[in-house]
Amino acid sequence: MTALLSVDQLGKEFGGVHAVEDLSFQVEKGRIHSIIGPNGAGKTTLFNLITGLYQPSSGSVHLNGRSLAGHQPHELAPLGMCRTFQNLQICMNMTALENVMLGRHRHLKQGTFTSLFKLPALRRADQQCREECAELMEFVGCGQYVQHHASAMPYGALKRLEIARALASSPDILLLDEPAAGLNRNETDALRDVIRRIADRGITVVLVEHDMKLVMSISDQVLVLCYGRKLAEGTPEEIRANPDVIDAYLGNRNPREEATA
Amino acid sequence: MSEAIPHRPSRVRAPAKWPGLLALAVVLLALPLFAGNDYHYDLMIKIALTAAVAVGLNLLVGYAGQISLGHAAFYAAGAYGSALLVQNHGITPVPAMLLAAAGVAVLAWLVGKPILHLKGHYLSMATLGLGVIAAIVLNNEDQLTGGPDGLPVAPLSVFGHELSVFGSYDLFGLTITGTQVWYGIAAGFLFLSVLFALNLIDSPLGRALRALHGSEIAAQVAGVDTGKFKLRVFVISAVYASLAGSLYGYYGGFITPNIASFTHSIELITIVVLGGMASTYGVILGAAILLLIPQFLTGFQELEMVLFGAILMAVMIFMPRGLVPTLARRFQKEAP
Repeated sequence: MTALLSVDQLGKEFGGVHAVEDLSFQVEKGRIHSIIGPNGAGKTTLFNLITGLYQPSSGSVHLNGRSLAGHQPHELAPLGMCRTFQNLQICMNMTALENVMLGRHRHLKQGTFTSLFKLPALRRADQQCREECAELMEFVGCGQYVQHHASAMPYGALKRLEIARALASSPDILLLDEPAAGLNRNETDALRDVIRRIADRGITVVLVEHDMKLVMSISDQVLVLCYGRKLAEGTPEEIRANPDVIDAYLGNRNPREEATA
Repeated sequence: MSEAIPHRPSRVRAPAKWPGLLALAVVLLALPLFAGNDYHYDLMIKIALTAAVAVGLNLLVGYAGQISLGHAAFYAAGAYGSALLVQNHGITPVPAMLLAAAGVAVLAWLVGKPILHLKGHYLSMATLGLGVIAAIVLNNEDQLTGGPDGLPVAPLSVFGHELSVFGSYDLFGLTITGTQVWYGIAAGFLFLSVLFALNLIDSPLGRALRALHGSEIAAQVAGVDTGKFKLRVFVISAVYASLAGSLYGYYGGFITPNIASFTHSIELITIVVLGGMASTYGVILGAAILLLIPQFLTGFQELEMVLFGAILMAVMIFMPRGLVPTLARRFQKEAP
């Protein structure tokens, strides 16, 4: 097994507050690696550090053995990394399909003159991209919105649309930031299928999620964060049995006693 | 996926552009039927050229979400640049127009390059400064530009045929006036401007631009180098302004530094905001309205700036999307 993503002693300070501190872990190729932790544990900060939206205060991130230090966010897609957002980042001024096609950006020609004159090669490539992206929308389960404007789509479908857009960049590694937040049980179950099928395509998935049922049923590895530090790491079974994790989540091993005390 | 309705992706097509373009062509061809005299033609030519600038500016404002307060400078640079190249260097008008546009592209690139990788509205400040400098230079370098008195411009000539407004020409047996020829040139230029703008908007480059406006973070994560794309569209919009400016000079035969004024830049921005940001056809209507209003306000010339300000405020308050997108939405809602 090779580590596709490797995080070494990563730290991020916001004016004296350590959002992430001395964090090291590795994500192996083809796995579903989940990151859980209470609110404010630093999960989203970690994602922002990995994807270049924040620059780390210390430590490093390597993708495929290549350091990501100093990379701009737009330089990560070509390196094979793409992500979704906890708060949706959908372009509401575009159609659903165009949002997904945006994901293919780096694979398409965009010369100024080819674009102005709409040369046949560009037209063909764009039509092919359109069809592939429609298939991707089908794949993530929002194919019925292929003709819709993004602003006309319900929340759950927009979450899938973001996943489709991330997949459109043909990433090696996909970072999903709370994809199940705001979804009902049925939608979450459907999402689980989608994530599984993404992993089946050989794409490594890093998942930040609060929905324990989803995390425990799908992950190969689980990393537990607490106050920016690693609390535990292991398979879902190991994590479920880990007393530190139970403490962090429930405050006390016997919460009922605590509540009545 | 059980709930997904099966679709045949091959049926997914880009929305057709030809109905809009056809409608535009019909309107442009039909307008001369209503033009009674040369004065009407003059107005239509000016509207068409201004609309073309606005179509270009709209790419920047409406799609890339950046504001230029100095587009009049690019317009003036095109007008003066081509006029001077013809006058002082003996270059024929069409290549002079293209050379001037290339120069403007370089100028816009130099101004935009250091600014456009910064977040925020620094471009507005820089272009504001550029506009002011351009007006000062044109006014004061009177050896070269004629100063406030203006500069006569040689008429456009194509393959040795001079196209002057005062001429009269033979087209397939029909006798047409120079003004009518110029209407054809301006209308054709506007049509091509729209065609190129629509092509651009619908291309991968255009998607990246629209994404900048929709969600800059999403665009970045998809691999769009946002600064680079803003710079590109800024240069494109400056070239639009430059070409229209050159044509304006050839058409009018005389240019003054007024075309580089701050008022003119504001007029252009007002047109885009009024017509509808991110609405190519909307800004054409915006140009028509804004250029027609002063016709009904003769004698109140000084009020023009006040009027632009009032229109800007009213549009922002009552229909921030602009005239055409707001009306389009209203009709869509009423229609079943």
